[in-house]
Amino acid sequence: MARAASSSLYARRRRRNSAMMGLGYLATLFGLGWLVLILSVLLWQGFSGLSLKVFTEMTPPPGSDGGLLNPIVGSLIMTVLAIAIGTPIGLMAGTYMAEYGRYAKLTSIVRFINDILLSAPSIVIGLFVYEVMVAPMGHFSGLAGAVALAIIVIPVVVRTTEDMLLLVPNTLREAAAALGLPRAYIVRRIAYRAARAGIITGVLLAIARISGETAPLLFTALNNQFWSTNLNAPMPSLPAVIFQFALSPYSDWQQLAWTGALLITVAVLALSIIARALSSSSKSS
Amino acid sequence: MTDIALRDEMVSAAEPPSRAAVLKRLRLVDAVFHALTRSAAMAVLVLLGGVIVALISGSLLAFEKFGFGFVTTEVWNPVTEQFGAVAPIYGTLVTSIIAMLIAVPVGLMIALFLTELCPPLLRRPIGIAIELLAGIPSIIYGIWGLFVFAPFVQQYVQPPLIDAFGNVPILSSLFAGPPYGIGMLTAGLILAIMVLPFITSISRDVFDAVPPVLKEAAYGMGCTTWEVFRNVVLPYTRVGVIGGVMLGLGRALGETMAVTFVIGNAHRVSASLLAPSTTISASIANEFTEAVGDLYTSSLIALGLILFIITFIVLAAARYLLMRIERRIG
Repeated sequence: MARAASSSLYARRRRRNSAMMGLGYLATLFGLGWLVLILSVLLWQGFSGLSLKVFTEMTPPPGSDGGLLNPIVGSLIMTVLAIAIGTPIGLMAGTYMAEYGRYAKLTSIVRFINDILLSAPSIVIGLFVYEVMVAPMGHFSGLAGAVALAIIVIPVVVRTTEDMLLLVPNTLREAAAALGLPRAYIVRRIAYRAARAGIITGVLLAIARISGETAPLLFTALNNQFWSTNLNAPMPSLPAVIFQFALSPYSDWQQLAWTGALLITVAVLALSIIARALSSSSKSS
Repeated sequence: MTDIALRDEMVSAAEPPSRAAVLKRLRLVDAVFHALTRSAAMAVLVLLGGVIVALISGSLLAFEKFGFGFVTTEVWNPVTEQFGAVAPIYGTLVTSIIAMLIAVPVGLMIALFLTELCPPLLRRPIGIAIELLAGIPSIIYGIWGLFVFAPFVQQYVQPPLIDAFGNVPILSSLFAGPPYGIGMLTAGLILAIMVLPFITSISRDVFDAVPPVLKEAAYGMGCTTWEVFRNVVLPYTRVGVIGGVMLGLGRALGETMAVTFVIGNAHRVSASLLAPSTTISASIANEFTEAVGDLYTSSLIALGLILFIITFIVLAAARYLLMRIERRIG
């Protein structure tokens, strides 16, 4: 009797276990399924509109042929500028946290705030830049867009720089210090060099992060239907054009939006895969 | 090597540098570098302070006009300049709750699969694939949601839901109205896909950090994999898992583009999940550039301030919990 009860209990536990494990498999298939679905639709829709024209012609008025040259260039300009502004600040802040102020109170506060900035809603960053740059200047501008993106770059770079510098063995620093090298030189000649791959990974991740950002650009760089490299004027960007074209009723605009979406996704995924390869190769060596 | 040494010698032969001068220069460089890095670290704090100050000063006008009533009024009428934040706040919370209800169990199960069931060879590729979901920009989710997912939901998900729950008391009001395709349910589902990778990757990391001895002891007593997970792994990593969930919630609350495409931008509070609605971020994205008049702009910035406060609290709680578990792990 007791034996039968215990074996039925055992069977129930086993049934329960296999049901839950089945759910585990299902959940994973569910997650991977979305990735496959999204990417395949994107490839299908994007490739059908991909041609040389996309890279050589301006955004068209509805009903005529055109490409995405001006938003591509606009996105490139703002991304480069944002990296140029954001990287040095992020790198310096990360350096302070890992090198000079490793045990300082300031460091733990900055780390906490930085982590919050890292996942703060990007639309709020857009509002901030609107308030401090666009409203006082009186007009939207590519420069404001680049600054908004730079503010998103900073926390990413701070985080990876600090993490990577903390991985550098202290014995390296001590050896250099024993030779009489001042702190600033130890950081730049020894620590940066040892952590180089990781720091570059951080910058790549930051580029990947901002190249798809739309919300902070909507009311800083706005958008522009025409060719513009003037940083003081509204500047087109791929995400903003996708937003505008996808919501339009014109099918040729919607097609261009899909093609633009494909371009962004390919760029972002390529960047994150390169970054991952870089960081895993530097960890193993 | 010898070249450099020779050149140095020639220079020093011309003008022997005093040891004190060199030391002074090195000290100066060090002090400058120290000050530079320190001020960059301060800049991060100033940035956050600046965001808060700018949002508060921008929203002052709206709060002066409407007072606390801003967060308790539903009306949003640009023509009569009456603005209330209830509808966007409601939409933000409802879509995020839908997202978390789906993403938390699924994310935890994927993390369970990755740590306990997956063949070691596949662990890395599957983990990376799930994380790629997090790498896809939100505008891509938006355009995909608008053209592919919303029509699918309209045709195959919403009608069965309406049929199934149409006559059940309370639930019927949740699934009332025609199937538009766009609306809170669709937005919540897309948010669920977007926050899934955050929950998965953090839970996987904390599950991995459980000391093997604990699990082995449980297995040694004859526990099944599920029982080990439920009674050993989950209780041990509870704080970290909650931190990961909060982090995902922070993302869901502030997500803009994906939601803007599929929410329908209607400023009203409706019980039905199928109804078009709006969220804080979608309202700002849709209306900010078209806002005429200082009061309209200021009201939208006030919405931004509310969103920032909500996400700040959620994210701060998440980081606090994750910091606690990091300290414990090591």
